[in-house]
Amino acid sequence: MRYSLASLLLNAVSGQSRWSPAWRSPEPAGHYDVVIVGGGGHGLATAHYLAKHHNVGRIAVIEKGYVGSGNVGRNTTIIRSNYLLPGNTAFYELSLKLWEGLEQDINFNAMVSQRGVLNLCHTDAQRDAYVRRGNAMRLNGVDAELLDADQVRAFVPFFNFDNARFPVKGGLLQKRGGTVRHDAVAWGYARAADRRGVDIIQHCEVTGLRIDKGVVTGVETTKGFIGAGKVALAGAGHSSRLAAMAGMRLPIESHVLQAFVSEALKPMIDTVVTFGAGHFYVSQSDKGGLVFGGDIDGYNSYAQRGNLPVVEDVMESAMALWPALGRVRLLRSWGGVMDMSMDGSPIIDKMPVENLYLNAGWCYGGFKATPGSGFCFAHLIANDQPHPVADRLLLDRFTRGALIDEKGVGAQPNLH
Amino acid sequence: MRLPCPYCGERDSREFTYRGDAGPTRPEADEAMADYVYLRDNPLGWHKEYWLHTVCRTWLVVERNTVTHAVGTVVPARNQRAAS
Ligand SMILES: Cc1cc2nc3c(=O)[nH]c(=O)nc-3n(C[C@H](O)[C@H](O)[C@H](O)COP(=O)(O)OP(=O)(O)OC[C@H]3O[C@@H](n4cnc5c(N)ncnc54)[C@H](O)[C@@H]3O)c2cc1C
Ligand SMILES: [Zn+2]
Repeated sequence: MRYSLASLLLNAVSGQSRWSPAWRSPEPAGHYDVVIVGGGGHGLATAHYLAKHHNVGRIAVIEKGYVGSGNVGRNTTIIRSNYLLPGNTAFYELSLKLWEGLEQDINFNAMVSQRGVLNLCHTDAQRDAYVRRGNAMRLNGVDAELLDADQVRAFVPFFNFDNARFPVKGGLLQKRGGTVRHDAVAWGYARAADRRGVDIIQHCEVTGLRIDKGVVTGVETTKGFIGAGKVALAGAGHSSRLAAMAGMRLPIESHVLQAFVSEALKPMIDTVVTFGAGHFYVSQSDKGGLVFGGDIDGYNSYAQRGNLPVVEDVMESAMALWPALGRVRLLRSWGGVMDMSMDGSPIIDKMPVENLYLNAGWCYGGFKATPGSGFCFAHLIANDQPHPVADRLLLDRFTRGALIDEKGVGAQPNLH
Repeated sequence: MRLPCPYCGERDSREFTYRGDAGPTRPEADEAMADYVYLRDNPLGWHKEYWLHTVCRTWLVVERNTVTHAVGTVVPARNQRAAS
């Protein structure tokens, strides 16, 4: 059923009895033209754009847990397109533009909120770097504003501006950035894809790839073999394991990132702010919880939980920037397993095995990329050619030395 | 997470710096260089990895489980080099 004023009224007068499930739960067919492995944000968005824009036949998304159980439902919901380097800037801007029209496109309220993302700077060198980044963004048609210390004070008056070690010297503001309700993104894409005939198969783990003379012909799963014309991998933190099924190693390590939410509070902050002297970023959800996070734990991990040193580090950063948080109680914390790539940038590419495609390496920033990633991955799967805005996000950039390393830290996944 | 340093005993992980997969060894051939620098097994389960004990400045090879974070054998990296 299409969600509209009419559907609301109809259900209001019929005791809410006319709603149908948001998506079906079909048994897998024996064969699909495209099988997407991983029902996270990227896999589901890929299915939606494939079904909407490309004529590829029958599509299935295979998910080992339930829709929304991976990182798409674990992230801190921040979206932005404030990137410096060619290869990233245009890609993330396409993604942000897709967010801007997403809810109409998928007929689902994802609570896209362009409340702004403000990166604070605390040293002259950091301000210089922000000037450079802001200029690169504006040259690419992305919005960016450099705020001085007084403008930051006027915008977010409640921080500790005169911390002796980390005085706030200014900030780079992207007003079109903001937050999106992450679960709604998973559900909305799942429902939109399902309405276009995509089979979403939950609680079904892909355990192997069937490859015949260099051509992939299907996937082995806990519900049996499923034949496929093309197989597209979108397993986020488990990408290396999926690639290993094709005998490949990736330029990726899996790392755990934690996130935190406080008890519900009255409105305290109406934008997203990142602390530039430690690693801390914060926004407030519509339920009132402060949602915040910091650095990754920093060692290879497939555990969806982290360790205490990072908890302490995040809380210390929070207190340094925003002492008023001292009396706020922490409600919950959790972790998600991410595919940290060797240059901190993602991969959307074909694999050396014929008809096998890879979407991976999204690090801690893949939520904002969800629409763009799905859009470009669908283009690649349908046309066997990278989408023009994603034509640098290729696997061979590591052998060619054409890395996209925003931070300039080199091949150390835990530092990106 | 606590790691046992052979010299200092079991210490809080905060005293250590993670230095990645201890598997890859530097190749002679140029063509193998990109593999060495960038590609990783990234296993789910036991993983041999470098940690620097920042306090005593010893490089260690730690066997650690990436799912449970349990720690297995820990040897100074120089011993591993000598053995291989
Ligand atoms: C704590 C945290 C905070 C974050 N904050 C932000 C943020 O503020 N902004 C931002 O842009 N990004 C953020 N990210 C990153 C972002 O969440 C991820 O990059 C992104 O969600 C990954 O893509 P996905 O949604 O497809 O992943 P997932 O939702 O993890 O989807 C992958 C799916 O593949 C499935 N799968 C894996 N292996 C198999 C198999 N063998 N068979 C079947 N299914 C399989 C998994 O079960 C999973 O559901 C954050 C991440 C974390 C962990
Ligand atoms: Zn020691």
